[in-house]
Amino acid sequence: MTALDAYNFAYLDEETKRMIRRALLKAVAIPGYQVPFASREMPMPYGWGTGGVQVTAACLTPDDTLKVIDQGADDTTNAVSIRRFFQRTADVAVTEETEAATIIQTRHRIPETPLQEGQIMVFQVPIPEPLRFLEPRETETRRMHALADYGLMQVKLYEDIARHGEIATAYAYPVKVEGRYVMDPSPIPKFDNPKLNDSPALMLFGAGREQRIYALPPYTKVESLDFDDHPFVASKADHACDICGATESYLDEVITDDQGGRIFVCSDTAFCRSRQEDAA
Amino acid sequence: MKPLFTVRDLEKRYGSRIGCTDVSFDLWPGEVMGIVGESGSGKSTLLSCLAGHMTPDQGQVHFDGRDVLAMSEPERRFLARTEWAFVHQNPRDGLRMAVSAGGNVGERLMAVGARHYGNIRETATDWLGRVEIASDRIDDRPSAFSGGMQQRLQIARNLVTGPRLVFMDEPTGGLDVSVQARLLDLLRGLVRKMGLSAIIVTHDLAVVRLLADRLMVMKGGRVVEQGLTDQVLDDPQHPYTQLLVSSVLQV
Repeated sequence: MTALDAYNFAYLDEETKRMIRRALLKAVAIPGYQVPFASREMPMPYGWGTGGVQVTAACLTPDDTLKVIDQGADDTTNAVSIRRFFQRTADVAVTEETEAATIIQTRHRIPETPLQEGQIMVFQVPIPEPLRFLEPRETETRRMHALADYGLMQVKLYEDIARHGEIATAYAYPVKVEGRYVMDPSPIPKFDNPKLNDSPALMLFGAGREQRIYALPPYTKVESLDFDDHPFVASKADHACDICGATESYLDEVITDDQGGRIFVCSDTAFCRSRQEDAA
Repeated sequence: MKPLFTVRDLEKRYGSRIGCTDVSFDLWPGEVMGIVGESGSGKSTLLSCLAGHMTPDQGQVHFDGRDVLAMSEPERRFLARTEWAFVHQNPRDGLRMAVSAGGNVGERLMAVGARHYGNIRETATDWLGRVEIASDRIDDRPSAFSGGMQQRLQIARNLVTGPRLVFMDEPTGGLDVSVQARLLDLLRGLVRKMGLSAIIVTHDLAVVRLLADRLMVMKGGRVVEQGLTDQVLDDPQHPYTQLLVSSVLQV
């Protein structure tokens, strides 16, 4: 018996996939709204992308080409194990090239290569509620979303400026979707926030532990919240990649020894490698 | 002139017990009304019904010609943070303890659409000054403030949007007498200067004597006497009011 026969296609049973697809349809119909869904136990711990994996499983077809990244990299533990999971349970083609993928599951990054129509981005979300650390009561945050009562979100940014002189929130930077729902874009760096706006790709967000799904349909207007006199800035390290020399990509700082040595490298490994190959 | 706030035949029951019943009054622009009574007399229930925190079982409440009870929740919330204000007895109920003083004052401004940091901060500084909090405390959290300062901060946070009607639930409760006196002085100044209408619930007759133009005395959920403050306190008619007035310690 091959591994594929032991499981239903893409691990989840068809009833569960149908339930998730219903939640996805609702999420696409109401951009930025958090749709509850009956999250299943997955063969991986919470925090490893159980929400993203369920969304990917519900979207996968045998013809799809899957790319999985973790902090931009294709070769980190989380990315490798999820990619291998879908190779075993769905036998789908996998790739590291952003252009070649039809579904990209990601943790904490959006690829540097611009997305295209027909592609699906699946985000792994730890805490879907942008207001959670300001208002602990779920009943109250739901009411705030229902009434678009978002003054509190602005208070958080005010506190940032009061304490640090600028909006110090660097990741999970809150956005407003189509002028209505305030949404947590998952912990992507705020450098990636502009890529959410008017994107040709479908963006799906899955939070397994918190049992929420939300979505951005293609070409949705997504604004990052800010103040008139402290506008949103998509910041990155002021440096070029030490491997490929790119100045426009988001960088990781890597410590190389215990003598204070450090280099900056592209966080998107596929992007960095394609630049190296082009240069060679 | 038209009354700002009218209440007719308001009733709230908890099962078969009466919370408050048969309450009617008019509040005029710039007028301060005190509601006094012992614990359990229904004064807090009444205030909650008036401020929209609880839904009364019967009666009508109109604010500036608008039916408050028929409003949708977004409308009522908007009203509650623009034209109304609510000062809680315990400042912890009315403040965000994890947010700086400036953020607390600015929240109402941001909730109604202010998006200019410099202006919000300037207004917050101005209001901290008006309630006698030093401007260098603007980035401190309320948890670092004394009880009296917290209460003053709560007042600043509520008045920053220039409301027309303020509900206060025992605003001086839990403060020592010298702090109480300062707070009352401050409140009296703000109320007169801004021409606010206010409804103050208290069991402290000294507070209403100082602040209120008119007085309503409650017992067992009913209004037993109402009239001008000095009139009621100097010449109480109802036996309960007589008891209340005579039980104040004369130092």
